[in-house]
Amino acid sequence: MTIDLKTVKHISKLSRISLEDKKAEKLASDLNSIFSFIEKLNELDTSKTEPLTSIAETTLKLRKDEIKSGNIRDEVLKNSPDKNKDFFVVPKVVE
Amino acid sequence: MTEIKNLTLVDLVSKVKSKEISSKEITEYFIERSKKSKKLNSYITENFEKAKKMADEFDKKPDFKCKLPGIPIAVKDLFCTKNLRTTAGSKILENFVPTYESTITENLWSSGAILLGKLNCDEFAMGSSNETSFFGNVQNPISENLVPGGSSGGSASALAADLTPATIGTDTGGSIRQPASFTGTVGLKPTYGSCSRYGIVAFASSLDQAGPMTKDVKDCSLLLEVMSSYDNKDSTSVQFKRGNYLDKLSDNIKGKKIGIPKEYRIDKMPKEIEDLWQKGINIIKDSGAEIVDVSLPNTNYALPAYYIVAPAEASSNLARYDGVKYGFRSEGTNLIDMYEKTRSKGFGDEVKRRIMIGTYVLSSGYYDAYYLKAQKVRRLIKNDFDEVYKKVDAILTPSTPSSAFKIGEKKDDPVSMYLNDIFTVPVNLAGLPAISIPAGTDKKGYPLGLQIIGKAFDEQNILNIAYSMEKQINFKNNLNDWWMK
Repeated sequence: MTIDLKTVKHISKLSRISLEDKKAEKLASDLNSIFSFIEKLNELDTSKTEPLTSIAETTLKLRKDEIKSGNIRDEVLKNSPDKNKDFFVVPKVVE
Repeated sequence: MTEIKNLTLVDLVSKVKSKEISSKEITEYFIERSKKSKKLNSYITENFEKAKKMADEFDKKPDFKCKLPGIPIAVKDLFCTKNLRTTAGSKILENFVPTYESTITENLWSSGAILLGKLNCDEFAMGSSNETSFFGNVQNPISENLVPGGSSGGSASALAADLTPATIGTDTGGSIRQPASFTGTVGLKPTYGSCSRYGIVAFASSLDQAGPMTKDVKDCSLLLEVMSSYDNKDSTSVQFKRGNYLDKLSDNIKGKKIGIPKEYRIDKMPKEIEDLWQKGINIIKDSGAEIVDVSLPNTNYALPAYYIVAPAEASSNLARYDGVKYGFRSEGTNLIDMYEKTRSKGFGDEVKRRIMIGTYVLSSGYYDAYYLKAQKVRRLIKNDFDEVYKKVDAILTPSTPSSAFKIGEKKDDPVSMYLNDIFTVPVNLAGLPAISIPAGTDKKGYPLGLQIIGKAFDEQNILNIAYSMEKQINFKNNLNDWWMK
């Protein structure tokens, strides 16, 4: 399998990472060498193997739905790159 | 005044308790050395002034009952520290100041330790040489222009150069053990679920574990004891009886069965590594333990499986960096444009590469072929270990396929860089504990490590084996502080 420039641009769109054409070519070549290395997995027959999603393999514990930390708006907003007093600010979304 | 140079963490603790040394003296010693060691670039953010104040406060009102009384410690910059910048080695978090503390660092401070500063690491812990950090390369104190390993490269460098008496790192595929091996120090990755992940900048959540990095095995036992705790803020934290690892440390390993997996004899393995491994085997035999040949047949598939699982989880974890809630933002013409520019300028090349691999293997039409396949292979790798552990108590392997390499040597070839982790990655996939100890040097005099892999939650056993081997190997880094000249 080869990853062409078109696929790289598609992944870049899905990843929300803009990409210059020059960098896209280098990335396509890197990804191809990485995926040819990954393809080794196809040698293995895993048709009867269950996937392992987490090593802990315990069911998540339920906890009471209660507020542990309230009134931390200022803390939550503290590291926001662009803010007014009460909100996160983003570029205009609705015309 | 007592000479602080060459004292271990355990020594320092005992000398503070016996009032031979004050917290202030220790703290000033490490600050002075750190200030003279800028050439190593092991720190990203210093906390020296605050540390001095805290040492003074400790000395005025000392609590000698705690495990790390007034001991200064610098930590990998992946642990969130309240009110002190935490960057994860990335431009995107260059100005991020957490409003909360990670559980692991909280455990250190509540045991009496004092934060010295935040140590350099590969960006988002993605790298094996510390060359992906936004804050620049780190020098290995072993020799000039040598990488310290990664991703906990700043931690390993600072520890080996005696800029901190001990440190903590994180290990997703070898990020504690490989740099420990490259710098002649001890590093342990605990069993998945031992140490809380709360407040650690996430890379691959099903693999990430924090662990101690120290000068010797005793220090490692003490620091693990402090770090390991059940935490209900981490849903994968496991409740089990945590030991007093240091108290129970024993060099008697008579009758233990140690497995030697034949699949770790890789093609083109340097003779030095082969010899080192044999040396370890001989030492274990001399201690009265038994060597057993074992097989982990799916070892060769661990690295390719890891390079699906880890990037997949990373692409999901790193979706949070959107230029809205925290971190760097690059302005755009609209919301999507802002996201794309922020992430393009905020992340470095290796991080972008892994996000893209992850996005691709999770994307529609490829999920089964890659991600699901890798999870199935992960099961096979875990089964291999389960099978072997019916016959042996632990496994001995080299930590890395080579000693430290030159800065720049492998930077442009991602696959050759990834091969560094060939001996460490299977352990993360199986969630097991493993320790790397320095065991010798190569022709160039660069350190080489041996890795002891244990059963899940059997940290005490691998610490004991490591302790026994350490006594016989008697490894010493003879550094001449070249970077200060």
